[in-house]
Amino acid sequence: MTAVNGKGSAISLPISIRNVTKTYGTFTALDNVSLEIASGEFITLLGPSGSGKTTLLMVLAGFIRPASGEVRFGDRDVSLLPPHKRDVGMVFQNYALFPHMTVAGNVGYPLRLRGVAKSEIADRVQKVLALVQLGELGTRNIDQLSGGQRQRVALARAIVFEPRILLMDEPLSALDKKLREQMQIEVRHLHQRLGMTTVYVTHDQREALTMSDRVAVIDKGRFHQIGSPRDVYERPESRFIAEFIGESHLVAVSMRGGTAHYRDRPLQLAEPPRHPSGQQFLVMRPEKLKLLTGGEDGLNVFEGTAREIVYQGESTLLYVDLPDDVEVAIRQPATSVGPALPAPGTPVRLGLPAGDTMLVPAERAP
Amino acid sequence: MTTTSLADEVGRRDHAAWKAPNEAAYRRRERSETTVLAALAVPGLLLIGAIALTPIAWLFWLSFRSGSDFTFEHYERLLHPTYTLTLQTTFELSFLVTAICIALGYPLAYLISQVRPRLAGFLLLLVLFPVWTSLLVRCYAWLVLLQRRGVVNSWLQDMGLIDAPLRLMHNFTGTTIGMVHIMLPFMVLPLYATMRSINRDYMRAAANLGASPVKAFWGVFVPLSFPGLFAGIIIVFVLCLGFYVTPALLGGGRVMMWSMQIERNVTYHSDWGAASALGVVLLAMTLAILWGVGRLIGFDRIVGGR
Repeated sequence: MTAVNGKGSAISLPISIRNVTKTYGTFTALDNVSLEIASGEFITLLGPSGSGKTTLLMVLAGFIRPASGEVRFGDRDVSLLPPHKRDVGMVFQNYALFPHMTVAGNVGYPLRLRGVAKSEIADRVQKVLALVQLGELGTRNIDQLSGGQRQRVALARAIVFEPRILLMDEPLSALDKKLREQMQIEVRHLHQRLGMTTVYVTHDQREALTMSDRVAVIDKGRFHQIGSPRDVYERPESRFIAEFIGESHLVAVSMRGGTAHYRDRPLQLAEPPRHPSGQQFLVMRPEKLKLLTGGEDGLNVFEGTAREIVYQGESTLLYVDLPDDVEVAIRQPATSVGPALPAPGTPVRLGLPAGDTMLVPAERAP
Repeated sequence: MTTTSLADEVGRRDHAAWKAPNEAAYRRRERSETTVLAALAVPGLLLIGAIALTPIAWLFWLSFRSGSDFTFEHYERLLHPTYTLTLQTTFELSFLVTAICIALGYPLAYLISQVRPRLAGFLLLLVLFPVWTSLLVRCYAWLVLLQRRGVVNSWLQDMGLIDAPLRLMHNFTGTTIGMVHIMLPFMVLPLYATMRSINRDYMRAAANLGASPVKAFWGVFVPLSFPGLFAGIIIVFVLCLGFYVTPALLGGGRVMMWSMQIERNVTYHSDWGAASALGVVLLAMTLAILWGVGRLIGFDRIVGGR
């Protein structure tokens, strides 16, 4: 499957990663990973530092040679192709903009290497700079740019030669929070407009959820879950996913006769556990919990003691101690309606809607 | 906005009138810290003034004196072919040595900058080792190596590359070999320092954008190494201009350098005026070159500001 633009030439290519392994001495950076990325898809490799996400991206770019396995762009096996022949755009974490060239020099560099005529280079550079909203800055030196502007130049340089695959290595991590969130949306829009297959690496789970068609969560060189942002957040498949993505507290439950029990009380579940073997944990996300004052229809009820209130502006977090040294938290939006938060030390009852009651295994069955 | 709130008004008036009681204390502290810092530099500045600037000023004064009269004769004499030829030799040799140092030093520095740190340390040690050995010892060592029946000639003859021994010393060739050997570390060190600081992502970015290794090297790596290259060129060239020991020993009196003319005037003719004029000219030329290069590429780049 290859997406095609109006002119009839392919604008994106599918990527196929098959059984790729990379080791450094005794350390396994990538452990036999396979992933099929659809043409035009925006996929995010999400994982903590040292998880192997950047290694995999470097394998795609051709900077790291895997020990075994295969990488295909479309029908073409690129496993042994050197980086300069892969024709993929890449945005580096530190941007890697050449300090001895101007903005236009940087953006025009890949075109000059491809022997494009001078007048056409100027034209295309101007167009792509306009696209990333830097139209006026072509003559500037790199050290005269702000962090956000550098980010845009790096992006412009990566897409000016119309690669059908775009790789991005934590491109927004150096920006402050506000600019980062703005750029997330911009990059997303740019992808929707240009349509190239995009592989995005980040350790920021919120960024991954915001931007991607699919999220591939990676840790210790293996994929732990691959799915839509909603899937990964709402239906985590393991304890690691539940803890890594979003805030959650995990509460051990016991299984008896196919039903989950919390302190001898049966729980109503959204769906039967997907990996029923081994110890199961209940995923308690702060925003899913309700502070109970009266009715408890369709809710699983937990009783505990309020411990601490943390004011966070748009919402307030209340930490609650459940019996057996288990801690959970509940988030209350900052509105004037709804029950007042109980003072620390007072008993509270929490309700978790059956539809949000999700079990995960300690470790996903291989 | 036409109205200002009372609070704003009060605030502004207060700010104008209000003077922090400890403001003066902060200023005093700042002044005393500046003074302490300046005081630390005084011994160094005095030393430089006493042992560098004063003699130079004296030299300058001497170069215009003959007996007790003011004169230009020392400078006029420099137009004589003996001196212009020496000047030509000095520049030719300095250019040649600098060029060879670039040709040998650049690949070497590149290698050291690319290998693993442990190996890089070892290679750097090899580069630095000669610097820690006496200059004189190294020059005499070259005399042994390069003489008519020296190691180099006998090797070349044994391998059948030449029939008769080459004249490798007491001429331009020998002087060049010796000076390149002495100067090479001064080219390699600044180059290495600059190359080490070039982020590998630049080369990766170039490759990713479609540059073959050769194109990435010339288009990205070399320009980024310019600060170190310019620093190396200036150090080597300027040192060459005033170099004495190696040309004197390996040139065997046949390669006349500017510095040797100075020595001659002082030792044989006791003509301090002429020697001073030569010194002043050398200094002026060096400064002119530094200024010219500085104008061309900017001093901050040489010093490594960027």
